[in-house]
Amino acid sequence: MAEYSVIGTSLAKVDAPERVTGKATYGADLDLPGMLWAKLVRSPHAHARIKHIDTSRAKALPGVKAVITAHDLPSLPKGATAPLVGEVSIDMSAIREIVMASDKVRYHGQVVAAVAATDPFIAEEAAGLVDVDYEPLPVVEDVLQAMQPDAPLVHEDLHMLEEATQERSDQPSNISTHMVYTRGDVEAGFAAADAVVEKTYTTQMVHQGYLEPQACAARVEPNGRVTLWTSAQGHFTVRTQLVTLLGLPASQLKVVPMEIGGGFGGKALALFEPTAIVLAQKTSRPVKLVVSREEVLRATGPGAPAVITVKAGATKDGKITALTTTMRYDAGAFPGSPVARGLLVGLAPYKLDNMVAEGFDVLTNKPRVQAYRAPGGTPAAFAVEALMDALADEIGVDPLAFRQKNAAEEGDTLPLGMPLNRIGLTEMLRQIETHPCWTTPLEGPHRGRGLALGYWIGGSFTSSAEVKINPDATASIFVGTVDLTGTRTTISQMVADELQIDPQDITITVGDTDSAPFADLSGGSRITYTMSAAAHQASQDVLTQLKERAAEKLKVSVDEVGYQAKRFWAKNDTRNEVSLAELARESVAWGSGPIIGKGSTTRMQPAHAYAAHVADVEIDPETGKVTILRYTCFQDVGKAINPTQVEGQIQGGAVQGIGWALNEEYIFDNGELKNASLLDYRCPVALDLPMIETVLTEVPASEGPYGLRGVGEVPIVPPGAALANAIYRATGTRLYELPMNPERIFWATRGNGTNGSHGTNGSGGA
Amino acid sequence: MSNKEKEGLSVDAFEYAAPQNLQDAVALLSEARGEARPLAGGTDLIAQMKENRRSPALVVDVKKIPELNVLSYGAGLHIGAAVSCTQIAEFEPVRVHYPALAEACALIGSYQIQNRAALGGNFCNAAPSADAVPPAVSYGATLVIAGPNGRREIPSEDFFVGPGQTVLEKGEVLVEIVLPPPPPHSGAAYLRFIPREEMDIAVAGVGSFVQLSSDARTCEQACIVLAAVAPTPVRAKEAEAFLTGKSLDDTTIAQAGELASQAASPISDVRGSAAYRIELVKVLTRRTLGTALERARGEAS
Repeated sequence: MAEYSVIGTSLAKVDAPERVTGKATYGADLDLPGMLWAKLVRSPHAHARIKHIDTSRAKALPGVKAVITAHDLPSLPKGATAPLVGEVSIDMSAIREIVMASDKVRYHGQVVAAVAATDPFIAEEAAGLVDVDYEPLPVVEDVLQAMQPDAPLVHEDLHMLEEATQERSDQPSNISTHMVYTRGDVEAGFAAADAVVEKTYTTQMVHQGYLEPQACAARVEPNGRVTLWTSAQGHFTVRTQLVTLLGLPASQLKVVPMEIGGGFGGKALALFEPTAIVLAQKTSRPVKLVVSREEVLRATGPGAPAVITVKAGATKDGKITALTTTMRYDAGAFPGSPVARGLLVGLAPYKLDNMVAEGFDVLTNKPRVQAYRAPGGTPAAFAVEALMDALADEIGVDPLAFRQKNAAEEGDTLPLGMPLNRIGLTEMLRQIETHPCWTTPLEGPHRGRGLALGYWIGGSFTSSAEVKINPDATASIFVGTVDLTGTRTTISQMVADELQIDPQDITITVGDTDSAPFADLSGGSRITYTMSAAAHQASQDVLTQLKERAAEKLKVSVDEVGYQAKRFWAKNDTRNEVSLAELARESVAWGSGPIIGKGSTTRMQPAHAYAAHVADVEIDPETGKVTILRYTCFQDVGKAINPTQVEGQIQGGAVQGIGWALNEEYIFDNGELKNASLLDYRCPVALDLPMIETVLTEVPASEGPYGLRGVGEVPIVPPGAALANAIYRATGTRLYELPMNPERIFWATRGNGTNGSHGTNGSGGA
Repeated sequence: MSNKEKEGLSVDAFEYAAPQNLQDAVALLSEARGEARPLAGGTDLIAQMKENRRSPALVVDVKKIPELNVLSYGAGLHIGAAVSCTQIAEFEPVRVHYPALAEACALIGSYQIQNRAALGGNFCNAAPSADAVPPAVSYGATLVIAGPNGRREIPSEDFFVGPGQTVLEKGEVLVEIVLPPPPPHSGAAYLRFIPREEMDIAVAGVGSFVQLSSDARTCEQACIVLAAVAPTPVRAKEAEAFLTGKSLDDTTIAQAGELASQAASPISDVRGSAAYRIELVKVLTRRTLGTALERARGEAS
């Protein structure tokens, strides 16, 4: 592989100056002349029929310019879909209901109307004057209860899809999809086991915790086109959804990406933009819509909870002989939980010859879940990795050795069918073996160490880049991918090395849908990976064009042109040379023409990412409070383009996973969220965390010019089980439910409480 | 949700005054039509107004009144009601003589909150979970109140009526909190339990004060004040009486914890169940008594 001087270094973020000076413009910073302010009216019921909406009092308030309900949105045929990424499409009739409920509300806080007024205070007052007559319906909140045949129906006309046969159930159901993946003979596998352990694990709904509440603004231009500014993870993706939802041709929409204050999957869908556009169309004024922190927590779409049963058997020497799992994921009020991803993530670290993996997508009267960093992965890994720890314990094998004995390798088949290309799981596990976080004895009472694995498939889909050479021999990169994680910097690093120019001489712009090359949304750990191919291709295109011009000047064939350090020369006579500066200068001269390189990629192989976390904890036995003494994250990153950014991604993901593991949860009462504030929805604060150590493994991915793997998702996957396993070693008590907050640990270690109340938690030899 | 419950942008219109002296403040508050609220740090009041949980017609900023900005130590500690938690926590005599109060003032909210929040506000907001109240009460604080009918002084523990409610009558202002000089061979400590390390509200809190005999063998007097486990901060009087005259060994302290928990009447909410809070009172009572005892013996700062 080539030598790089910028790739692999921790270049400071290229957009750091505007970030740290507060000059970066986010959605909420928009201030358009003549702008109106929108406010959403939300349901106070978790399940109710909308009998009537009276907007007259709101409309009569001075300063109110429009009040809309679902009737003001274009009607949409049931089952209308829009592509999201790859083969995944979204049911836009469901999205329309989330944007604004038509006849029934299915979760507390669902939007039923919206107002636009001359200032935010009037808008808020007007929202309170929209009179909605509801007929409350029974609420189903718990996923297991929702699966019962006599449960209240979230959708009266939804019939369960059996994925294998594509048949629908006769009776309506809260189970939207049932899927089963099988391999080998699990009965024979369990019969061959020396020990079998079966447990059921429960996780709660959690929030992504992005700092910036959703914000967007819409304006109808004099020619009738709509300009939309939005803090979303993908402006092209938003446009695609709006085309279906509003019936506007793509050419009539210009979507401008604003800086984004975190998304983590929660800002992929166009849930607010349609309202801003319709209000702007009704009023012929620009309309801005910013939601509050409470709305963010209550109803914008959290991460999915799950109830997961895992049963696994192993021989005395530590070989897994069979595994079955049933994963029940709560999608909230509309289908689409990440249950299939849960099955994949949970099982991907292991060689499984005999396996049954069953999944249910279940509806409840809770907000429709949205993606959250490695969607579906964290609950699944909590269950599987805690179970593996218990199984290793049962047969008396060290938990690391147990993982090593059963670790998936290149050529193995993933649980849902795909063969694994090159992976670095084995190499990563070997690094743990000798690392002080694993070899240093953990002394003292009430202390314990836990290990857990994680996996993420890595995203592909479409990314594009354009690279231009400026007359002063600098380069400009133009992309359509929103920068969530520092991708402006990593893409610049790649282009700098390809063109052999200083990163200071590169600018990078994220362009709007009118100007930038198409890209799918930023998410799934896909941008740096896919952009490595697109930026590499665009850079090579630039070099090819430059070499052609150099060849002409040097009077040699293109193959005879060498390039290094901003100079082109004839390979047969290195004194016969021309500088990049000269070619760049001439590119804007008459008769020459600009240098524009293009690169695009749409379907790369997955770059599978594996991680392992090792946690040392101390428990206060009198209060149940956990202190994390040491936390180490191992991860196969393929190639760290920017090690500091990679470490930041790993640390950030681990922190979110730790929050999920220890304190974060949605607390509902009859479908109403009781802790819709950052005071009582307890994300970890800085003092709750130790320095999170990172250890990078670099086994190159099978595809891509630099061998890198996406790094963002997988670090949120292992913390639940890493901490549960550590807590077990500290207390002798296994916990089966997240979050493992002080009170839950307090009661569990005293043998009571709600720990593992779902299902049967038994273990023993087979 | 009704409009009032929503996290709002809009604060209802109100009058604002910033009198330079106590007399004017009392006059303004007495003559106000509708609800009138004094404003010190505003860390509770402004948030409540933004969330439409309080809509006073008049807000009287008391930070310009000299008496409310006193912080002095001589014959006891005088803390003006508008003095910030940071000022109190950093005041040398507080650190030396009233460490439990310094501890509490340094753990409310965040640094930014502590810079604004006043001890007087912590009292007047009357949250059952107020962190600075238990240590102040346990040190035997007296509250000086000015009103249209002149001044009155009350024991700090008699100040609270219920959540958000105090004995302050219309027109009355809390002027200062006065702590007597700590007696010899005494010590105190405050601890609260939160699931995180900061930026949180007590699931339970306990402030303990002990005064030992001159030979440091027996407890002459104890005061145990519980937070977040009843509608108001409460004293665990049975536990206090039990400790009086006893030698403070582990067994005695553990029994005091059990007795203290009987004074708690907590609710279950999103921050913790009633049963867990009762268990926490036992733990925090034991731990604060232990530290208070060390301090009384001069074994710890």
